[in-house]
Amino acid sequence: MGRMRTIARRTFLIGSAAIMGGVAFGTYMARRPHDNPLLADLGEGEAAFNPFVKITSEKITLITPHSDVGQGVRHMQALLIAEELDVEPGQFETDFGMPDAAYYNTALGDEGAPFMSRDESATAETMRTVVGYVIKLMGVQGTGGSSSVPDSFEKLRMAGATARETLKLAASQQSGVPVDQLKTANGAVQLPDGTELAYTELAGIAAGIEPPRNVPLRDKSEWRLIGKETKRLDITEKSTGLAMYGIDLKMDGMVYAAVRFNPRQGGAINGYDASAAEGMRGVSKIVDVKDGVAVVADNTWRAFQAVEAIEIDWGDAPYPAEQDAHWKALSESFTEERLDSEWRHDGDVPAGLSNGETIDVEYRAPYVAHAPLEPLNAIVRITDEQVEIWSAHQLPRTVEDYVAAITGHPVENVHFYNLYGGGSFGHRLEFEHIRYATEVANSMRGTPVKLTYTREEDFAHDFPRQIAMGRASAVVKDGKLETYDLKIAAPSSSASQMPRANIPAPPGPDMQIVSGAWNMPYKIDNLRVTAYRVPELAPISSWRSVGASHAGFMSEGALDEFLIAAGQDPMEGRLALCDFDIAKKCLEAVAEMSDWGSDLGENRGRGVAFVSSFGVPTAEVVEVTNTPDGIKIDKVFVAADVGTVVDPINFDNHVKGGVIWGLGHAMNSEITYADGMAEQTNYHAAEGMRLYQTPEIHVRGLENASKIRGIGEPPVPPAAPALANAIFAATGTRIREMPFNKFISFV
Amino acid sequence: MKLTVNGTDHEVDVEDDMPLLWVLRDELGVTGVKYGCGIAQCGACTVHMDGLAVRSCQVAASSADGTEITTIEGLGTPESLHAVQEAWIEHQVAQCGYCQSGQIMQAAALLDQNDDPDDETIDIVMSGNLCRCGTYPRIREAVKTAAKKLQEA
Repeated sequence: MGRMRTIARRTFLIGSAAIMGGVAFGTYMARRPHDNPLLADLGEGEAAFNPFVKITSEKITLITPHSDVGQGVRHMQALLIAEELDVEPGQFETDFGMPDAAYYNTALGDEGAPFMSRDESATAETMRTVVGYVIKLMGVQGTGGSSSVPDSFEKLRMAGATARETLKLAASQQSGVPVDQLKTANGAVQLPDGTELAYTELAGIAAGIEPPRNVPLRDKSEWRLIGKETKRLDITEKSTGLAMYGIDLKMDGMVYAAVRFNPRQGGAINGYDASAAEGMRGVSKIVDVKDGVAVVADNTWRAFQAVEAIEIDWGDAPYPAEQDAHWKALSESFTEERLDSEWRHDGDVPAGLSNGETIDVEYRAPYVAHAPLEPLNAIVRITDEQVEIWSAHQLPRTVEDYVAAITGHPVENVHFYNLYGGGSFGHRLEFEHIRYATEVANSMRGTPVKLTYTREEDFAHDFPRQIAMGRASAVVKDGKLETYDLKIAAPSSSASQMPRANIPAPPGPDMQIVSGAWNMPYKIDNLRVTAYRVPELAPISSWRSVGASHAGFMSEGALDEFLIAAGQDPMEGRLALCDFDIAKKCLEAVAEMSDWGSDLGENRGRGVAFVSSFGVPTAEVVEVTNTPDGIKIDKVFVAADVGTVVDPINFDNHVKGGVIWGLGHAMNSEITYADGMAEQTNYHAAEGMRLYQTPEIHVRGLENASKIRGIGEPPVPPAAPALANAIFAATGTRIREMPFNKFISFV
Repeated sequence: MKLTVNGTDHEVDVEDDMPLLWVLRDELGVTGVKYGCGIAQCGACTVHMDGLAVRSCQVAASSADGTEITTIEGLGTPESLHAVQEAWIEHQVAQCGYCQSGQIMQAAALLDQNDDPDDETIDIVMSGNLCRCGTYPRIREAVKTAAKKLQEA
């Protein structure tokens, strides 16, 4: 019966995916490939074997359609193609490509199918395949959810392999040598006599050959790039100031715009007085935009100064104006009416809770800003015929649809050019800056307009991470955690976010409310994880690791308390409960790396946490010292299992960055509302971690899992609970609310 | 105002209070210097003014009049890298890379004053530069490598 209910709930999401696409599909349709967008622009003698490889007599171009907002996916994608194509760095160029359905990302479906990632049953796998079909049919091109590696791993190696085999067929045609006697290396086909035919020379012939299908991929033992240390393609340009971000682009006749719109997010503008701004040097135009006003000038700073000089009367916020009311809404949401889904129920929790005295604790996670260092910006040029947009965005096709809906141009005449993003962490999934640049450019057709947010505007409109509250109860008996009941209440980030992208909010429960908690790899006699949906308060968005960033903190903080109450060691206790071998190996690895159990000395402590998010089991141990000046974080040990580490240097850099992201925001960052506006206006009020606070971080990538996964987000969720648990070990103070600096000082 | 940027003389007609950052980026097209916060909290706009590291968002154009400015583009190029840039590339520091111009300019200024900084000095001097991607562990290593390179040079 329980199982039936679960299945019924799960069908909601699959149904909604189909509705979103407006499609009824069959296997035939789903298997049919999309047209290759590169074929449209091909000249004589140029070959595009698939949407990812283009070769002309001049050069080899690899298309890397996943957006690079710092996570290094341009390099990773090129690496995968180059591995099979037999080209070396320096022999090819890369291009983000134009948005196209052919660049659909089926790996987004893994998070869309609401099963534990460890569940590889036929039902779970079928659902994932179905969601993947829908994504493919809809041509969803998106970067996020740590999905770039799993999406690309086979697809891009296959793109390289089919291109290589086509080039060999071309070489065979030209030379008369049978294909099975040909080899490839360094961007050329090698004949048995040692003659080399460069791919660029073969492009003309290869263009007329149908690429073979089902080319076998090379065995891991033959890889020369994957899993090896390689020099990131963008590292030199990013160390010499030459990397071109959206904010850096300049074009002839371009004007500079700045905008202010209601800091009470979604509120109206009642009126404004721009007379002071109009006379300011360089200002050419004041433009009415949705819920706000923009200034056009001949320099970014002049636009900033002028827009600041406008006196504006803002309307009220469509959500509670004061922060206390947000917390109150969460506190009042643990009700039958707000029940979103009971995601897990092992044993009999109500019976377990009545079987002894309960320990009851409450956890809180605040709103937090993304605040990537490059403020949001976009350049838009509109003519009567077409629209061009230059920016960095994680949903390139959606940008085109979004802009077409504003200007009325047919979407095929709307062109989005993706650029490097100076960070995102989820912020570049949003559209308001695209809207405002479009509205201003539409008021002055023919002129390219660059809109740049001030840092203050970026903070004011940074749809933050969801606010959340957790209530955990336990019964501990005879040195054993017998019953663990975890309830989490939060608004749904996707329900808030997707309508802003003109995509209907998915019906049915939101797994992210309990992501990282409901899938805890522990066998406890009575274990229940329940999600409560809070109606939207302030508008919110996906923030690096999404739901697991609050749910992992709550589930692993509370678990730590309960194990200690049972008289158990936090590491030994977790290992004893762990019933998933791959997770257990992560815990064992950090226990060994940190020499868990050894004496740390006075005023020191260590804490452990384990969270699996985006399919990646991740364990972390944090070591702290309680100094007279506050808590100092000394060391962090991390073990994460992604199945296969594609790019070891980037993996290491990413894990360290994820740990710093998780620790820094747990230490000192939140967004609070007063008078309907975010109180934090710049980095002085929400700075995350700085270099002097950065611990030594030791990283181990494990490869026991059967599926390959991405590492962008999984290191984040365990960091906060591991830090809270370490602080308890060092001080006896249990912190149940982020940011921790409300309760304790940090060095 | 007149100023020299990366060895080239310029004359620009701007307000006295326009920050050097925007003179460089929008008037002179020198975009390696980045806007991050505008209030000296992030360090992304760090350049050298007469050899000293400054936050260019806090330097008024009038104060920069007659000075020599070096930006990341003037520190070194892919063909002729500064030791700090070499170290940054060796350690593969950058993720998004947006803060790295400022980080590198800050590190170069530090090593110009002190070519053998201890860990505490590195921590203090580099902590004004914010990196949202969290590349700090690699920044620490790269500063030490750059120091060795400069000592050996």
